[in-house]
Amino acid sequence: MSERRSKAAAGRRRKPRLLNERITLVHGAGGKATRNLVEALFLGELGNPLLAPLSDSALLEAGGAKLAFTTDAHVVQPLFFPGGDIGSLAVNGTVNDIAVSGARPLVLSAAFVLEEGLPISDLRRVVASMAEAAREAGVVVAAGDTKVVERGRGDGLTVTTAAIGLVDERVSLGAEKVRPGDKVIVSGTLGDHGMAVMIARGNLELEVEIASDSASIYPLAESLFTLGEDLRWLRDPTRGGLATTLNELTEASGLCVVLDEKALPVREQVAAACEILGLDPLYVANEGKLIAIVAADRAEQALATLRAHPLGAEAQIVGEVEPEPKGLVLLQTAFGGSRVVDMLAGDPLPRIC
Amino acid sequence: MKYVDEFRSGELARALASELAEAMPPGRELALMEVCGGHTHAIYKHGLDELLPPGLELVHGPGCPVCVIPVGRVDDAVALALEPNVIFTTFGDMMRVPGSKGSLLDARSRGADVRMVYSPLDALELARANSQREVIFFAIGFETTAPSTAVTLLQARAQGIGNFSVFCNHVTIGPPLKAILDAPELRLDGLIAPGHVSAVTGSRVYDFIAAEYGRPVVVAGFEPLDILQSVLMLVRQLAQGRAEVENQYTRVVREQGNPRALEAIEQTMELRDSFEWRGLGSIPRSGLRLREEFSEWDAERRYAVPGVSVPDHKVCQCGQVLRGLVKPWECKVFGNACTPESPIGTCMVSSEGACAAYYHYGRNRPKRLSR
Repeated sequence: MSERRSKAAAGRRRKPRLLNERITLVHGAGGKATRNLVEALFLGELGNPLLAPLSDSALLEAGGAKLAFTTDAHVVQPLFFPGGDIGSLAVNGTVNDIAVSGARPLVLSAAFVLEEGLPISDLRRVVASMAEAAREAGVVVAAGDTKVVERGRGDGLTVTTAAIGLVDERVSLGAEKVRPGDKVIVSGTLGDHGMAVMIARGNLELEVEIASDSASIYPLAESLFTLGEDLRWLRDPTRGGLATTLNELTEASGLCVVLDEKALPVREQVAAACEILGLDPLYVANEGKLIAIVAADRAEQALATLRAHPLGAEAQIVGEVEPEPKGLVLLQTAFGGSRVVDMLAGDPLPRIC
Repeated sequence: MKYVDEFRSGELARALASELAEAMPPGRELALMEVCGGHTHAIYKHGLDELLPPGLELVHGPGCPVCVIPVGRVDDAVALALEPNVIFTTFGDMMRVPGSKGSLLDARSRGADVRMVYSPLDALELARANSQREVIFFAIGFETTAPSTAVTLLQARAQGIGNFSVFCNHVTIGPPLKAILDAPELRLDGLIAPGHVSAVTGSRVYDFIAAEYGRPVVVAGFEPLDILQSVLMLVRQLAQGRAEVENQYTRVVREQGNPRALEAIEQTMELRDSFEWRGLGSIPRSGLRLREEFSEWDAERRYAVPGVSVPDHKVCQCGQVLRGLVKPWECKVFGNACTPESPIGTCMVSSEGACAAYYHYGRNRPKRLSR
């Protein structure tokens, strides 16, 4: 290993430390700073065997049943955007965390923090959209809570959802199940949600129609459960995008993922908007996609299974797991070179010039 | 994607790479500086360095607008942001640059109203919409971004918007290149000149490099094939013993530049006697300030700006990185104490910074020896 790489690797292995005196926006971007905050502060105080894996859901046994349990807070501006709104997002985001844990979502809870002055019509629209998303995902909202805060202290509306799911006995997923040679599959185009929201904020003056991909991916995940132990690992690449999610895998497994740039599915409008803004679709959020790591000899079958479903029509095999260099995600560029695909270090920012 | 994919073709890249290998003058080692951080970023993002023949080294230059801002100016920005009733606006990258007492992002967590904008015109719009507040725009960048600041100032005056001002840190491309060429520590054989700056200034600003320093210059676009072709053009000049200013980026850059953009800069800004650069120290007539007739919109005249020069963090080698003397990974703190999430120097902050480019994209490379 080169001196440079070993330096960088040593940097990664160091115990997480929280150097900031106050929370900054970077702590919320879903990249390394978020991880540092979670590991150094939350895990330090609240750590226990269920929380420690920091996976999408905690897996627990109760009365003989294997359950998956998760929660998610949702803040988004604007509240409504093409392809969804904070309501559908709050349902799908949490349901998807259950789905990629190899479980079937059963029930949801929803807690609303409402800001004084929020139009009731907006709230009604959000809740109706939640109801529709819950119907589509096959879950019910079984518990809820409402608080109202003073004007200026609530960002309009925030929703926190939690969900319980029933673990599917056919699969057992985890980074430790991943083997060199396994294939990396994404269920569709990358970056749609993040770009849709960024453009819906209306300050970029880009005239392009991009809709969020917000959807329940449980049907897609469930279709892969028939692969049994040949399905190694599932994730939904939300905040931080495909790049950050795969880095979590390589860090946890000590393996390497090599992506093929030419195989990455990115919608033309998203690619163009990213190009103009200097963003990389690999880091842009998705809300209706899954990444599956599948044994090599079942990869084509898994791909066909995903493509048979409307949500997976644009699924692609995008890369492969390799033993070395440990802990890194690499990209073979269409240009003919290679590069590291790092974890997100802060919010993706448009370039200056 | 049309107009993009054709500039990233792997097939054309392979063909150019073999032409380049043949064009290399036998037995010579060549060092070419890519002046612009945008080029550095593109080189590593596309893995272009892996296509270069042995004996050819690319050296990173000072053309990263965020990287060259010295610590003292960041402190000034933080002080302005903490002024009462101020909305301080900045390009996103600048928010994370550490000053001696924290970054703008830290100031924001302490209560300063710091907002990211995409253009100075957004800041002016913010001033219009918040007439009871004072809006300051943190203007940075070379001749690439200076015209948009200039146009914003002209609009502010025309529309009589008085609650808007500019903290001007604009710089010019010629003087730092001269400073680098004058420095004895680095021998460069040629320069890949920045395309977007040149779209404003024209390619003539580099004539002195060919004429006085005998070094070839090629103005390059930002797609990987643009850069590879520019490298080939430079190598051909060197092999033939020529030192000329050539333009690879003809689809954007004209010899005379963009006269309207230059006129807007001329109307609103003038050269400072000297300006401090990170790593390069004070360079005479290298920075711009607002002209007297725009003093009403000049944050440096409207507020008490500390204006103190602050040395870099003692372990930070951004200065040497910006002058091409040290490769990012040779810096003692690269990747351990200094990372993109807790940067010590500017080169690790901006996506155009050489350290950030290496850190994000280049950590799989076998280490090459630099001279």
